[in-house]
Amino acid sequence: MSDDSPEFNQKSVDELIDIARGCRREIVKMVKRANAGHPGGSLSVIDLIVGLYGRTMRASPSEPKHPGRDRLILSKGHASPAMYAALHAFGFLEESDLHSYRMYNGICQGHVDSKWTPGVDFSGGSLGMGLSFGLGIAISGRLSGRDHHSWVILGDGECQEGEIWEAAMAAVHHRLENVTVIIDVNGIQNDDFVDQQMEMGDLSSKWAAFGWKVRDMNGHDMTEISEAIDWAKATVGPCAILARTTKGKGVSFMENNPSFHGKAPNDEEFELAMQELAS
Amino acid sequence: MMNAASRDGYGAALLDLSGNDKIVVLEADLGKSTKSCLFRAEQPQRAFSMGIAEQNMMLVAAGLASTGMIPFASTFAIFTERGFEQVRNGIARPGLVAHICGSHGGIHTGTDGSSAQSIEDLAIYRTLPNMTVMHPCDAVSTRALTKALASHNSPSYTRTVRNKTRQIYTDDEASTLEIGKFSVLTEGTDVAILACGVMVQEALDAADTLAGEGIRATVVDVHTLKPFDHDEMKRISEECGAVVTAEDHSIIGGLGGAVAESLTSHHPVPLERVGVEDTYGMSGQPTELMKHYGLTASHIVDAAKIAIKRRND
Repeated sequence: MSDDSPEFNQKSVDELIDIARGCRREIVKMVKRANAGHPGGSLSVIDLIVGLYGRTMRASPSEPKHPGRDRLILSKGHASPAMYAALHAFGFLEESDLHSYRMYNGICQGHVDSKWTPGVDFSGGSLGMGLSFGLGIAISGRLSGRDHHSWVILGDGECQEGEIWEAAMAAVHHRLENVTVIIDVNGIQNDDFVDQQMEMGDLSSKWAAFGWKVRDMNGHDMTEISEAIDWAKATVGPCAILARTTKGKGVSFMENNPSFHGKAPNDEEFELAMQELAS
Repeated sequence: MMNAASRDGYGAALLDLSGNDKIVVLEADLGKSTKSCLFRAEQPQRAFSMGIAEQNMMLVAAGLASTGMIPFASTFAIFTERGFEQVRNGIARPGLVAHICGSHGGIHTGTDGSSAQSIEDLAIYRTLPNMTVMHPCDAVSTRALTKALASHNSPSYTRTVRNKTRQIYTDDEASTLEIGKFSVLTEGTDVAILACGVMVQEALDAADTLAGEGIRATVVDVHTLKPFDHDEMKRISEECGAVVTAEDHSIIGGLGGAVAESLTSHHPVPLERVGVEDTYGMSGQPTELMKHYGLTASHIVDAAKIAIKRRND
């Protein structure tokens, strides 16, 4: 195996909590400036993304295309504000870049896009595709002798897509050990609660039945997130981590509220959100 | 000489490329049909079965391509369409250089019937920015053009066919073919016949018939539908003034569509399109079906005369 991958960060849990709080503010500000976007799923997933960049991702802002880098594949690509906020926090993007979110010709496109944004490896926006992409990268790693890891973040509603389960089979069939799925189980999708749209049943059992090593965690607890990441790295994968999260986490009126899946706050709501997210 | 099907040329090309350690082959339970099985036998560690799951296969190809690998993913033409949105959003949009091959294209597929006879693949892939779209006419040219894809810098879709067809090119001739450039097989000044795939042999036969009646036809093998060779199209339409297209594909959006678009923009002349008339196929032998759906040399001859008459009127 090659050992030329970039170094990874080793932030403390307290540092990660601080970073995530700052990212939450940036998420709400981005959506407010654009007057559009997906705040609910961005706020539910942000702790996972910050945990990955802060604890394990071998990825360097000075060389975002390094062939040995780990990949964070945000398959639920509409949660792009979370990705952009984290890329800013870890040095890939300038604060001014965040102002381009959803703006004309801006480098922060509405959905994550590898052609536009440094540090983004996967072009999302159409659900169900990210895990397959991560498998392709893992196969390449095996063939080229690189040990980079594919960290793929899915939504729970996204698991309704058939391609997810095609990929789940393929990962196990080909023994792709350097792949970890983290599912942002926030219980809400575009139109309504997941249980109302298409009940997913016991997701842990489903992934286990496909042959994955499965672990459950609180997706907002940085200690649990850090431990789960360490577990996935130490386990012969593929591994699936179910992150129990709250949609809209951190902003009281957005929490567990389907109407903030894809809607910007008004002026009054924005002020309230900023107060709640103040350190 | 009916020595091979174009899918055999695809398999031979993958075998030719098997020494290149960037090449990765992906299959969806049809490797024996697409002929990627030849590569698998030679390089099993670089051939991956994705099972009967085309959507996943397309994005695995995208992931591989994102790392600099050169994936070739193949299945039946019709089943590549199962993953069309994956090709659109996962491969073509980010411009990842993955190569897709759809075998068993067209009515010519035969007895399997309409479910297996893609007559729309060329049309739909042609609409995607960044995509190269090819449909070579014989095994020899398919082999040469597939090998050229290994150093091509765009994602691509290539249609091959199930059944044996006449060999049009020698190996030496095929080695001069270029992706994106017309291959002019015969030169005439009365009418131009532009064909792809199995219809190239029919176009050559039609040109022979027309020659017997004193009509001199240019015959072009349009092995690449995109990028389209507008310069050569303009030259030929100016020279002949009447054009016929011939394809085992819907007359909507494929070669006929591409030629109509080019003529409209550069040099409008009468155009007659020979192809499948907005209908689905059925079971039968290829020769029976080609006759039934109007895909023979004699249909091209008739179309040529109509195009010439329209020009002269």
